[in-house]
Amino acid sequence: MSLLIDPEIAARVDRLELPFNRYGVDPYGASKDHLARSFTALRFFYRHYFTVGVEGIHHVPVRGRAMLVGNHSGGVAVDGAMVFTSCFFELEPPRLAQGMAEKFMAKTPFMGLFAQRAGQLTGLVETAEHLLHDERLLMIFPEGARGTAKLYPERNTLVHFGSGFMRLAMKTRTPIIPFGFVGGGEAIPTIANSYTLGKLIGAPYVPITPWGVAVPAPVRLELTYSEAMTFEGTGTEEDEVIERYVEQVKQRIAGLIEEGRQRRRKALAWSRSTEDEARLGAEPSGTKEEQR
Amino acid sequence: MRVLIPGIGGVLGRIVARRLLEQGHEVIGIDRRPWHDAPAGIELYNVDIRKRAAEDVFRKRRPQAVIHMATVTHLVERTEERFRINLGGTRAVFEHCRDWGVEHAIFVGRHTYYGAAADSPLYHKEEDPPMAVTTFPELSDLVAADLYACTALWRLPNLCTTVLRMVYTLGPTGHGTLATFLRGRHVPMVLGFDPLFHFMHEEDVAAAICLALEKRLQGVYNVAGPQPVPLSVVVRGTGRSPIPLPEIAFRAALGRFGLPKLPPGALAHIKYPVVVDSEAFRAATGFVHQVDEVRAMEAFRDAFPIRG
Repeated sequence: MSLLIDPEIAARVDRLELPFNRYGVDPYGASKDHLARSFTALRFFYRHYFTVGVEGIHHVPVRGRAMLVGNHSGGVAVDGAMVFTSCFFELEPPRLAQGMAEKFMAKTPFMGLFAQRAGQLTGLVETAEHLLHDERLLMIFPEGARGTAKLYPERNTLVHFGSGFMRLAMKTRTPIIPFGFVGGGEAIPTIANSYTLGKLIGAPYVPITPWGVAVPAPVRLELTYSEAMTFEGTGTEEDEVIERYVEQVKQRIAGLIEEGRQRRRKALAWSRSTEDEARLGAEPSGTKEEQR
Repeated sequence: MRVLIPGIGGVLGRIVARRLLEQGHEVIGIDRRPWHDAPAGIELYNVDIRKRAAEDVFRKRRPQAVIHMATVTHLVERTEERFRINLGGTRAVFEHCRDWGVEHAIFVGRHTYYGAAADSPLYHKEEDPPMAVTTFPELSDLVAADLYACTALWRLPNLCTTVLRMVYTLGPTGHGTLATFLRGRHVPMVLGFDPLFHFMHEEDVAAAICLALEKRLQGVYNVAGPQPVPLSVVVRGTGRSPIPLPEIAFRAALGRFGLPKLPPGALAHIKYPVVVDSEAFRAATGFVHQVDEVRAMEAFRDAFPIRG
């Protein structure tokens, strides 16, 4: 076993209820070894680098098809990675949340390969439907690339939601579990998006942060899941009907973001006050200053 | 049943013929290629499917079913000749079926019909468009032959037509596109890409074709057995070693240093997956594969071991 794999995490990967074959590969190309390595690395970010507050994980069903639908927060996929990690570490038995990645990923050497081995596939309706048909847990960001392009001041707002996820959920009778993600915008405060750089590397754009590259800062993140929403229908309804349902999900997510912000504010205020106490008690040395 | 197999001389054709003979069918074959050790009881006609003599076989022998396997799938044959065989041959087969009272025609096609691209869905359904014409232009004749066979579904309402899109074949005969690619000790891969490959054991391929005949299946069906596996796993599972090359080096190295020679369009098929959903076929025929992906790889490895 590789040094980069924690045996405890490898044992947890074994408990994923997926049809892995004798080589540890599932029918979508997710690999046990790669998952164990990814989660070993992600656990460090999830538990130590960031401080992730997770609320309402019990709303995520342990078995059966479901769709996690939430907001994008931050220029790179910190949000997706943390949702993915929380479903693995917080659920019993663990579950693999499968995201629908941007198409450029599949074209970029290594990126597509790493994504696929972790169960993250190119975002296509056909693939999503097949995953749901196989009773998988889907992770969807209906804002798409518009959502990751949000600049720092817009970090807790929502941009236009696509409606494809709603039609698919109705067609496949899949419950939607909305989630709100807060803090990604603080981790990667995008001051501008370079579309020229993006063109050079084949990505839609490259986010620029005050420190140049989009390396996330170690901040507090808040992830809030709410109870499932189900919408009856066939998915072939008129746009007005679908838009109304999408709006309901969007409102729920906006509420979850607000909840997350308040929790985050409280937590930071608390940690600041304890830091202040510590500073009063001991010598005022360089304690790690949390970002706002 | 009297079954005619155009293209019986190919590896897959032979396996299907033997199987049908065992099942008590009367088997007739047409092929330009000879089959020297054919089992007694198989009637062979050494003629070209596009020529008059082939029609004579239909007229004199009056087969009830035809399994059309006379398509050239390897890419060594000169392209124009290939196009003629694949398109002209398929046309001839269906015309003879219409003229000489054949009840059931099975066209054996390939899953590469769907093509491999970064933005193609992972599990292709039968209604997906044939993207291979853009991703792998060298395969366009096979796509055309497949679509031509599909037209028989509405053009020839009295003929029961089955179009099968089979995944890659892997097994002890070393037959097929994938097996040819895996023949050497080293198998080139494109650095940073590891697509899923969908394949099944040759006996399962033959069993699926025979089942389509038995069930008198009508329509277009993807045929697959076990789940797909990443190319790197296929390479190691068959006892080979992968050589990941950057894309530019990959293009330059093909056909040299003992690496397989491939047409330029094949590159997409080594970077991106072609994986099919065969649920409809399973539901219609009750097909269950006998050999899983691991044993299929082992069968190939044992038949073509790497020495030294």
